[in-house]
Amino acid sequence: MQIIFYIAALVAIVSTAMVITRKNAVHALLYLIVSLLAVSVIFFVMGTPFVAALEVIVYAGAIMILIIFAIMMLNLGQASEKREKEWLKPRTWIGPGILAAILLAELIYTLNSFSPPAHEQAIIDAKDVGMSLFSTYALGVELAAMMLMAGIVGAYHIGHEKQKEYHRYLQKEEEL
Amino acid sequence: MLSSIRTVWLVFLHMFKKRVTIEYPEKKAFLAPRWRGRIVLTRDPDHNERCVACYLCAAVCPTDCISLQATEDENGRRKPEYFRINFSRCIFCGLCEDACPTYSIQLVPDFEMGEYKRQDLVYEKEDLLIDGQGKYHGYNFYRVAGVAVGVKGKGEGENESAPVDRKKLVP
Amino acid sequence: MSETWIHILIIVCVLLGMVTIAAGLIYVERRMLAVWQERYGPNRVGPFGIFQVMADMVKIFFKEDWIPGFVDRKVFIVAPTIIMITTLLSFAIVPFAPGIVVANLNVGILFFLAMSSLGAYTIVLAGWASNNKYSLIGGLRGAAQMISYEVFMGLSLMGVVILAGSFNMTDIVMEQKGMWNVVPQFIGFVIFFIAGLAETHRLPFDIPEAESELIAGFHSEYSGMKFGMFFVGEYLGITLVSAMTTVLFFGGWLGPSFLPPIVWFLIKMFAFILVFVLLRASLPRPRYDQLMSWGWKILLPLALLNLLVTGAIVLYNQ
Repeated sequence: MQIIFYIAALVAIVSTAMVITRKNAVHALLYLIVSLLAVSVIFFVMGTPFVAALEVIVYAGAIMILIIFAIMMLNLGQASEKREKEWLKPRTWIGPGILAAILLAELIYTLNSFSPPAHEQAIIDAKDVGMSLFSTYALGVELAAMMLMAGIVGAYHIGHEKQKEYHRYLQKEEEL
Repeated sequence: MLSSIRTVWLVFLHMFKKRVTIEYPEKKAFLAPRWRGRIVLTRDPDHNERCVACYLCAAVCPTDCISLQATEDENGRRKPEYFRINFSRCIFCGLCEDACPTYSIQLVPDFEMGEYKRQDLVYEKEDLLIDGQGKYHGYNFYRVAGVAVGVKGKGEGENESAPVDRKKLVP
Repeated sequence: MSETWIHILIIVCVLLGMVTIAAGLIYVERRMLAVWQERYGPNRVGPFGIFQVMADMVKIFFKEDWIPGFVDRKVFIVAPTIIMITTLLSFAIVPFAPGIVVANLNVGILFFLAMSSLGAYTIVLAGWASNNKYSLIGGLRGAAQMISYEVFMGLSLMGVVILAGSFNMTDIVMEQKGMWNVVPQFIGFVIFFIAGLAETHRLPFDIPEAESELIAGFHSEYSGMKFGMFFVGEYLGITLVSAMTTVLFFGGWLGPSFLPPIVWFLIKMFAFILVFVLLRASLPRPRYDQLMSWGWKILLPLALLNLLVTGAIVLYNQ
């Protein structure tokens, strides 16, 4: 199981790096999907098959496809690839890169000095997830539900546009 | 919704109906006598060519697939020197048959004329000419026409009066 | 050791069996369509035309596999493989008979849903990579259709999950010993079947590839074996949805004991495959917005209601 974890982790890291360095948006998204699948494998190995399945269904299956959907509509061509090339010059990324590297070093240091509790391979199934969602994290679930409701109402408001241009036969009827 | 389910059920019932397909190479479909298929040139009851090379068929042909050249025999009877139909152009519209004044060119119920080479679809006169009279029996153009070309003398035709002697004073 | 070998044997048998069934469906579908349209269908190659499959395979393997110059090469090549891989992976969780299952996952249904949601990529990516207007429209339609109907598919299955108390497919089959799930979960069955039609973009819902509007939609630019993958992938999808319907709603391998369980399973599965073909033979294609409003305004509330009522009854009985 250890070796599977490390392979999946390696795939996740490499594909995430590819996401950052790709110039074509759709290629980058495809690598992101691979990365999400790798993370799902990690979840599975860690004994949470439910979360692993949800990771694939929700992230890889629904959210990423919506993003690809949006990018397909944008019709990004050669111009955007050129712009991405400009942004990938070291001058642009060296500053944030150094700062992020410092943070990463700190993270590794704290993780090393902080010995984690003994990891027991308890399988967390759907029942446990549901129990904790509706007891410990009930407030979070409610808040998320409210946010989603707001999203739905907003989408309805934007999408629901009164028809302004009528066919000429209908127009006449309206005038009468 | 209910109508969709009804549709599905009705289509399912078609399973028990007779199939309409005719399995062609083994079974032939019925072709009506006036079906427009392969074009033939016919002969009159005296076994002479009916065609008088009047060019009407070539003139009316919408795809210009008929080509012929008129000539005359020793009696002055007109006939085609060559008669060529390019069946890779022909659309079997039957206008040539309508135009023909002598029932010579006819469309017969036959369509099996596939070839491997396109050139083989150009039919010459000897390919087109058949021995029989085709769909119209007993018709002989020169028996009713006024000209004498060795088939009959002047005034001897069916429903034909004797020639007028134009040198007489009284009609 | 011998257990491992039996497992590998099962995997190979399932893989080969499913691909063979999917290929054979090409013949079955053409024959059955012909029967329902009062024709004969392919009956020339071999007795009753059963070698038509071989002829089609030989044809499709030897066709030129042309990649147009204007496409996004990598994505264009990857797209058709996704549908084959995800659909074949989904068969891993289908219990064909007691013991004959590749992976007895305890999140079986979720695995199936995950794989079918990944299957949507094949349409989207093929449509995008083809760099063709018709393909793009097909891809857009396909993406919207598949992610919408995934929602109803998942929700309609949750009633079954509540009744069985498990995501495991074998548990679900065993739970149906007394009564098949189709009786208490009839609404769930109908919604699942409609969503399955839309997921496999089979004929009443084939708007991503609608020949009469979009030429061939997302696979307009494909040829040779790449097109063949879409083709076989579609038939694999039919087989998968039929198998899932059998397992989830019609008791899987359960049946009177005069026939072995696997035969019962196959009989039920083929019955559903024939229903797929019958629907293709009879129903016209809905308009795109009709499909969407039908899904979101009728199927979604129905599925939620079904879930609510099922949950309430199960709680009441406890």
